[in-house]
Amino acid sequence: MTPPNLLDAHGLSCRYGPHQAVNDLNLSLKKGEILGLLGANGAGKSTTMKMLAGVLAPSDGHVTVNGISLVENPKAAKQQLGYLPEQPPLYPELTVVEYLRFCSELREIPHKARTDAVNRAMAECDLQSLSKRLIGNLSKGYQQRCGIAQAILHQPAIVILDEPTVGLDPIQIRGIRRLIRTLGSERGIVLSSHILAEVQTVCSRVVIMRQGRLVYDEPLSVADGKGFNTVLVAFARTPDLDELAAIQGIDGITALDDRRLRIAVVSGEDPRAAIADTAVARGWGLNELHAEFRTLEDVFVRLTARDDDALTDQTTGTAA
Amino acid sequence: MTIMLSIARNEARRIFVSPLAWTVLAVLQAILGIVFLLLLIEYAQDADSERRYTGVADYIGNGLYGFATLVLLMIVPLLTMRAFAEDRRSGSLQLLLAAPASLVDIVLGKFLGLTVFTFAAIALIAVMPLMLLVGTELDLGRIAAGLLGLALLMMAFTAAGLFVSALTREPTIAAVGGFGLLLGFWLMQVLGSQSGPVGEMLGYLALTGHFENLKRGVFSSADVAYYLLFIGVFLWLTVLRLDSERG
Repeated sequence: MTPPNLLDAHGLSCRYGPHQAVNDLNLSLKKGEILGLLGANGAGKSTTMKMLAGVLAPSDGHVTVNGISLVENPKAAKQQLGYLPEQPPLYPELTVVEYLRFCSELREIPHKARTDAVNRAMAECDLQSLSKRLIGNLSKGYQQRCGIAQAILHQPAIVILDEPTVGLDPIQIRGIRRLIRTLGSERGIVLSSHILAEVQTVCSRVVIMRQGRLVYDEPLSVADGKGFNTVLVAFARTPDLDELAAIQGIDGITALDDRRLRIAVVSGEDPRAAIADTAVARGWGLNELHAEFRTLEDVFVRLTARDDDALTDQTTGTAA
Repeated sequence: MTIMLSIARNEARRIFVSPLAWTVLAVLQAILGIVFLLLLIEYAQDADSERRYTGVADYIGNGLYGFATLVLLMIVPLLTMRAFAEDRRSGSLQLLLAAPASLVDIVLGKFLGLTVFTFAAIALIAVMPLMLLVGTELDLGRIAAGLLGLALLMMAFTAAGLFVSALTREPTIAAVGGFGLLLGFWLMQVLGSQSGPVGEMLGYLALTGHFENLKRGVFSSADVAYYLLFIGVFLWLTVLRLDSERG
C-alpha cells in the first residue's frame, strides 16, 4: 500500500478578476518528498504556494493537509504547515528571539517547550549569535534565515518555502540546502525556485508551471539526463527520408536543413546503431549522431518557451 | 483566545518599541499640558468663573477633554495605519494569516494591542486634572466619566482606523483615509444641528455628541452602548474585509 499523501491539492484555481493566475492544478506531496516548483515569472508559483499555505482561499478546488481540509478546518490544518512567503514575514522592530518567541505563541507550542523550540530553530538556521539583534538591522540573508526559522519552529509535517535561498551568499545557500534535505527526510517540503541547479541538488520531484497550469510533474531522475527522446544526425550527402523513417524505433523526422535532421524516438527505443548502419550501407556519409539528453534545463526551456509563442499567438489573434 | 492575547501582547510591544508611540505620547502630553495650563490660568484670573462653572472639574472637563478629542482624532489614524496597511506591505501580515489563528483573533488582537496604547495615553491625560487634588477638591466621578468617555472615543477612533487600514497596503493612505473617516463622523455633528429627521439622525450618529454627556459627568448606558456598537461594527467590517481579501 502506498503511504497516504501529506498534502493534496485538487482542481486548485485562483482568479484575480479576469486574470486566471492558477488554473485547475492538481498536486500531491508524500512524506519524505522534496517537491520543486519551477516556472517562469508570473507562472503562478507564489499564488499556488499561498493557496497551499492557507493564506489565500482558492476560487475553486480544495487542499487537504494530512487528510484535514484547509477550508473546513483551517486551524487544525495550519498546525501542520510551515510557510515562508516570498517576502519573509518579519517585524523589524523586534529582536530575533522576541520574534521567534511570538511565533511560538502563535503556533500554540506549549509554554514549557517554547524556549527549546526557539533555541532549536535558531541553531538549525545558525542564528544563535544574533538572537539579541534587531531583525531590522540584520542583512537580507539573515532575515531570510529568520523567515525559515519561523517556518520550521513548530516542526510542521509540511514546510512550504517560496524561494528560500534568495539573498543568501553561496555558503549560506549550501547551509540552507543541507537544512532542507535534513528536514525533507521526515517531512514533506514544497519549495519554489527559479534556480534550476538548486532544484536539481535538493529536490526529489519537479513540477513545472506555465500560465497557471501544471505542465510537468516527474521525479527528478527522469529529467536528469537518464532518458532521451530525440537524436540529432548530420550527413555529408542528402539522405532518403523515407528509408530513414522505416527504421525501427523512429517516431518522426524533422529536417533542420538539407543534411541535418532531428529524429524523434519512440520512448524506450534506441535506434542509433540502426541509423549508423543504414547511413554506412547507403553511403550518406555520417558526420554526426548523438542523443539529445533531456536535462532539467531543456525540459524547462522547452515547456516555458512556449509561453512566448502562446503570447504572440494571442496578440496577433486579438489584432486580427 | 490565547492566540488573540498573544497577538495583542505582540502588537503592544511593537508599538512601544517603536519611536512613533513615544513621540505621539510626548507630543500629546506637551500640547495638552499647554492647554491645561492656559485653562487653569484663565480660570484663576476670572473672578466670575466659580459662579459660572460648577467647580474646576466642570471647567477642565469641557476644555481639556474637548481639546484632547481633537488631537486624538489626528493622532489615532497615525497609529492604526501600521496595523494592517504597513504589515501588508512589509509582508508580515502573512505570518498571522498562515498561523492557526482566525481572522477574529487577528483583528481583536490588533485592536486590543492598540487599546493598551489608548490606556497609556488616557492615564497620562488623567494625571493633569488629578494633580489639582493637591490644592483643591475635585468631583472625581465627573473626571472619571470624562476619562471613560475619552477612552471609548479613542477606542472608536481605533476601530474605524483599523478598518481603513485593512482596506489598503499604503500606510499613508490608511492614515489619510482614517483621518477623513473620523472627520466625517465629526462633521455629522454640525449637520445634526439642522432641523428635520435627517439632521436628527446624523446628530445621533455623530461620534462626539455622545461624548458631551460623559464630559458633563452624566453616565448614560445609551452613550456607552453607542460606542461599543460603533467599535463592534468597524471591527466586524475589518474581519469581513480581510476575509474577502483571502478569498
